[in-house]
Amino acid sequence: MSFQPVILWTDALVYLLVFLLAITVWHTRRHQHLLMPWRRVAQSRIGQATMVILAFYVIVGLLDTLHFNPRSGEDEQGRAVYSTEVLSALDVIAGPLRTQREKTYSAPFATHLFSKETIERASGETVRDYPRLQYGGAHLAESGEGRVADVFAKAAFGALKGALVWLLLMLLLHRLRVRRVAHLLMPGSTHPWQIGGWTALLVLAVFAALWELAGYYHVLGTDKVGEDVFYQSLKSIRTGLLIGTLTTLVMLPAAILLGIMAGYFRGWVDDVIQYLYTTLNSIPGVLLIAAAVLMMQIYMSNHADEFNSLTERADLRLLFLCLILGVTSWTSLCRLLRGETLKLRELEYVQAARAFGVGHFRILVRHILPNVMHIVLITIVLDFSGLVLAEAVLSYISIGVDPATSSWGNMINGARLELAREPVVWWSLLAAFGFMFTLVLAANLFSDVVRDAFDPRLRRQR
Amino acid sequence: MSAYIIRRLLYALPILIGVNALTFVLFFVVNSPDDMARMHLGGKRVTDQSIQAWKEEHGYDKPLLINQAEQGMAKFTGTILYEKSIRLFLFDFGQSDSGRDISHDISQRMWPSLAIALPTLLVGLAVNITFALLLAFFRATYLDLWGVVICVAMMSISGLFYIIGGQFLVGKLLNLVPISGYDTGVHAWKFLILPVIVGVIGGIGSGTRWYRTLFLEEIHRDYVRSARAKGLSEQWVLFRHVLRNALIPILTGVVVVLPLLFIGSLLTESFFGIPGLGSYTIDAINNQDFAIVRSMVFLGAVLYIIGLLLTDISYTIVDPRVRLD
Repeated sequence: MSFQPVILWTDALVYLLVFLLAITVWHTRRHQHLLMPWRRVAQSRIGQATMVILAFYVIVGLLDTLHFNPRSGEDEQGRAVYSTEVLSALDVIAGPLRTQREKTYSAPFATHLFSKETIERASGETVRDYPRLQYGGAHLAESGEGRVADVFAKAAFGALKGALVWLLLMLLLHRLRVRRVAHLLMPGSTHPWQIGGWTALLVLAVFAALWELAGYYHVLGTDKVGEDVFYQSLKSIRTGLLIGTLTTLVMLPAAILLGIMAGYFRGWVDDVIQYLYTTLNSIPGVLLIAAAVLMMQIYMSNHADEFNSLTERADLRLLFLCLILGVTSWTSLCRLLRGETLKLRELEYVQAARAFGVGHFRILVRHILPNVMHIVLITIVLDFSGLVLAEAVLSYISIGVDPATSSWGNMINGARLELAREPVVWWSLLAAFGFMFTLVLAANLFSDVVRDAFDPRLRRQR
Repeated sequence: MSAYIIRRLLYALPILIGVNALTFVLFFVVNSPDDMARMHLGGKRVTDQSIQAWKEEHGYDKPLLINQAEQGMAKFTGTILYEKSIRLFLFDFGQSDSGRDISHDISQRMWPSLAIALPTLLVGLAVNITFALLLAFFRATYLDLWGVVICVAMMSISGLFYIIGGQFLVGKLLNLVPISGYDTGVHAWKFLILPVIVGVIGGIGSGTRWYRTLFLEEIHRDYVRSARAKGLSEQWVLFRHVLRNALIPILTGVVVVLPLLFIGSLLTESFFGIPGLGSYTIDAINNQDFAIVRSMVFLGAVLYIIGLLLTDISYTIVDPRVRLD
């Protein structure tokens, strides 16, 4: 299958983020003192388990970032013509999950639709009944008999596949030494990555089981327009991660620059910067976001022809949301950095550097910046979970991501009124909350571990 | 003291001017009044006449900064900057885009907001402090460990889940109270109780954890050690010494949000159909009523600054070491 790669704005920023991360990792690996706190994170049991779960989310998100236009045919000269539809690598892997749409709601693992319809039988008579799903459980008999046994068999088969993949992965990571892998599985052994290994096994087995089942059923049901909820939840991972990371990425340069400048230069620079963040801070965040998003909506609807496609428009809206969330959240980091720099600039080594005639810029970059980086890191990790949760809330008040973007907030928003139905349509809500909860819980626990490992003040208390 | 308050109020002025300038740029420069008119009248095929008519009707037909057509002071007062922005300083919010008097709406709608927000804050405070003291008392035991784990888990649940879950469980399954709505007077309680419970439960995770950290910080201080050394019981130490000293940061954290309670919570109010300022803002966002959103941004900033001022004053009251001169 030939294709034409597409790089949306957020994609470009994600690639930038991955690039920066790679440089950071490379730099950290070469310096013992930088590596030390990360070792402490990796030694912690919670640290290992949460890292594996976060890695799983990140992989799904990255797969969903590789966008392209599929080939739709050829023109007269035999040149390839590409469709304007934007797909991602995740869509390709998910394949039938994306395309197999039912008519409307159906419960998880259902074989029949959720609402009654008038069906015409082969004999010509019409009855009102629950129609059979087109794809969900299509391999079963008409009545859907033997479903429970089938589900368990398929789940076990899928889990086995996941375990095999895990085994292969572990063998590769341990450079094919079988005894080390066996050591990893032994309860109470001294293998340093035991918890991480077990978590990975669990995650892979559960996911593979769901994946295997998703080929035959709608594991988490379908939504109002018949789209698979499991697929939607997976697609929403990218949005959640983007909001959590890009927001910090876009606000970081301003926060660091202004924060350390205010603390280092003091005087009128400090006054101006303090005025700036006090002013921004005094507007309640939600209201500022609402005002800004409202203005952007008007701009977009009045300049609709500036956007090539709906995908591009939704993508820019997501980016703008990250920007405006960044504007409201940089102030706290800026204040922290200012305070820390105020302390650092009076220390002997900075005084000595100044006495030697080292320039301001060099002092800031060589002496101040490296010593406030732990604060920056802790803030990034702490902010992440809050931002993921904020996305859902903002999408609910319709000042969040574009309605066309799949996100947990949009899923919740679309499904919440269905709780009034009888019987209740609960699966969309539960899927969105479940995926979000897992990510946020992992991020919260991880941020605690990171803070404990990096904050020198906390370490002394122990 | 009064000199200090006056000075602080003067400090607040440039900040409010900044907020005002920001909203002015956001609402009138990023998108011109023409754009707004087009948005309201719908789509691109709108005649210039109808745009002009809409602008005249809502008072957006004046120039932005300087009105050359007028004489004297009217050069500056006959502009959008003066009529729509500077008037906010006098708390004259003008008319909303749908023609209602915003000041009147705000004075009507802040009481339901307060009726929800204040009990939520007070009950939440009591519950959180109780739990945090319990965890601090049993610190470094399994009770403490699991308490913190539950707190983190509760923090990780989206606020939407608490609201939707609460409405579903209490309102629909158990049928105890109405799911949403509001009533004036004494009968309001059955509409208020569910939002308050949901708000309190939603805040337990982060609140308890934060207060526990504060208590633990105090517990490691020297005065606590001396209190124990002279033979006081652990309960006495905790309630008489740790709690009273930890109340200083707790109180200041509470005072700063007190004025903002008038604005209420956007989420809670729209879910429970409370006619407060939060749902007022949401309605304005959905109807794209810029005048209301602009007024709320300004009001929010004013209340926040009042909160900061109250915080500083409350410091002098609870902590005799702090003097404001």
